Amino acid sequence: MTSLPESTESKLGLVIDLDICVGCHACAVNCKEWNTSGYHAPLTDVDPYGAEPSGVWFNRVHAYEVENKSGASQTVYFPKSCLHCEDAPCVTVCPTGASYKRSEDGIVLIDEEWCIGCKLCSWSCPYGAREYDAQAGVMKKCTLCIDKIYNENLPEESRQPACVATCPANARHFGDLGDPNSDVSKMVEDRGGYDLMPEQATKPVNKYLPPRPRQTEFDNINTNAKLADAMPEGGFLGWLDKVLTD
Amino acid sequence: MHPAYSVIFFTTASGAGYGLLAMMGVLNFGDGFLPADRWFGLAAFIISFGLITFGLLASTFHLGHPERSWRALTQWRSSWLSREGVLAILTYIPAGLFAYGWVILEQTSGIWMIFGMLAAIGAGFTVHCTSMIYASLKAIPTWNNEIVSPMYLILGQITGGLILVALLYLYDTPIFGMSAISIIILAVALAVKLKYWKVIDNSPQETDLTSATGLGSLGKVRVLDTPHTSKNYLQQEMGYRIARKHAEKLRRLTVVTLFAAPIILLGVASFFPVLAIGTSLLAVLAAALGIVLERWLFFAEAKHVVMIYYDG
Repeated sequence: MTSLPESTESKLGLVIDLDICVGCHACAVNCKEWNTSGYHAPLTDVDPYGAEPSGVWFNRVHAYEVENKSGASQTVYFPKSCLHCEDAPCVTVCPTGASYKRSEDGIVLIDEEWCIGCKLCSWSCPYGAREYDAQAGVMKKCTLCIDKIYNENLPEESRQPACVATCPANARHFGDLGDPNSDVSKMVEDRGGYDLMPEQATKPVNKYLPPRPRQTEFDNINTNAKLADAMPEGGFLGWLDKVLTD
Repeated sequence: MHPAYSVIFFTTASGAGYGLLAMMGVLNFGDGFLPADRWFGLAAFIISFGLITFGLLASTFHLGHPERSWRALTQWRSSWLSREGVLAILTYIPAGLFAYGWVILEQTSGIWMIFGMLAAIGAGFTVHCTSMIYASLKAIPTWNNEIVSPMYLILGQITGGLILVALLYLYDTPIFGMSAISIIILAVALAVKLKYWKVIDNSPQETDLTSATGLGSLGKVRVLDTPHTSKNYLQQEMGYRIARKHAEKLRRLTVVTLFAAPIILLGVASFFPVLAIGTSLLAVLAAALGIVLERWLFFAEAKHVVMIYYDG
């Protein structure tokens, strides 16, 4: 049924710390690694060694540059995967019921066996979380590693999404964002975690933590400033400095 | 948005087919407006059902699994695409009975007239559902407005209506004032289309890189690097961009072929009855080219907010 559940027992999701992410793409790679043999296996690649390679990815790392008023810029690496929205438009547009949101934990999933490959869900998602597999003719997406987080064959500490488990910088966190006392909820509370594109009214479960303010603000960066004289008092070094500058 | 030919063909062909069906149902209500002639009916229903059916079939060509398409009929409670499928099939029932009465029994009044009205209502709601598939997508602000639905309805109506006018001239049974009324409706349709372009050109951009990344409080955000070295699915599907100068040229061409040429040709038809068959057929051809252009632009000019993450 593609109607959304009234409420979900928990809201499993991710908290992504933009202050910490170093843009190494390990989350995207390990996501591909786990999921290509998981729920949506395989994550097909087209022309992988050719001129125009493309393929199914559930996780991507963008990079942005933020320039403050004085012209100082800061690079922000920006991983993005399905946000498992509470008001997920990708669920309600689905004509077949293949796209659904679980009432127990809020995870948004696709039943590949029911998907007709109309792509409408990917049109409805403002975040680009859905991936069409042209070879399988069906839509695929992040499952929050549903075949990992509940997998009792794995040691308990491994029961978290591949992207979270692999992050070398600990920039990704997994938990119940519906429980105000969970570690992830407290993190969101403390750091001012926010929603992407709030005006799209999708109520994403995943939250982003903003980069912390810098310890030193380079407010007066002026790349055209003249270099200071090396030896303003003169002497041999002052003379050398003058000669080399001219 | 990438303009997929199957969807362009589907929306334009079925739109014209439903427009023609609706015109027949509505005009048949006015006694004696349309010839209750078997052969006229046969021609009109073959064209209408042909356009609708080929359109619907074309819409399944772009599916990854066309053989599963019947499943699209299950989620009418929430999905406009599903509602469209359900209504398209339901409309075949009164439309089929309407055609049966007209062509086989040569009956167009009484209960058969009611079937015609029901077919017209079904046609209208089906086209409305088609338009809502697009108009309901908040992620594509270009389409997320109130003009898309009336625009689809009136464009289906004018393209189907032009076919009907040509058929009436061909069967030498033109309705008095038919061309004049068609010209007025074409002018109204042109006004709706111009209004749509005005709205999409002037609507404020609610979603930008600031809201997409949430980094606006730190300063001005710009794209430094994209996730992949080549285009991914999202960029191929949603990243279609048409240069503004081309869009303007194509818009003018749309106005000429879909609206101006049929208006002039129908004007000629009403003043020079001897030319009516030729000019009304030419009007259909011009509008056919025009509606394909219009629909291609509808997709090509639509911007998806996800591209903000890639292009800023």
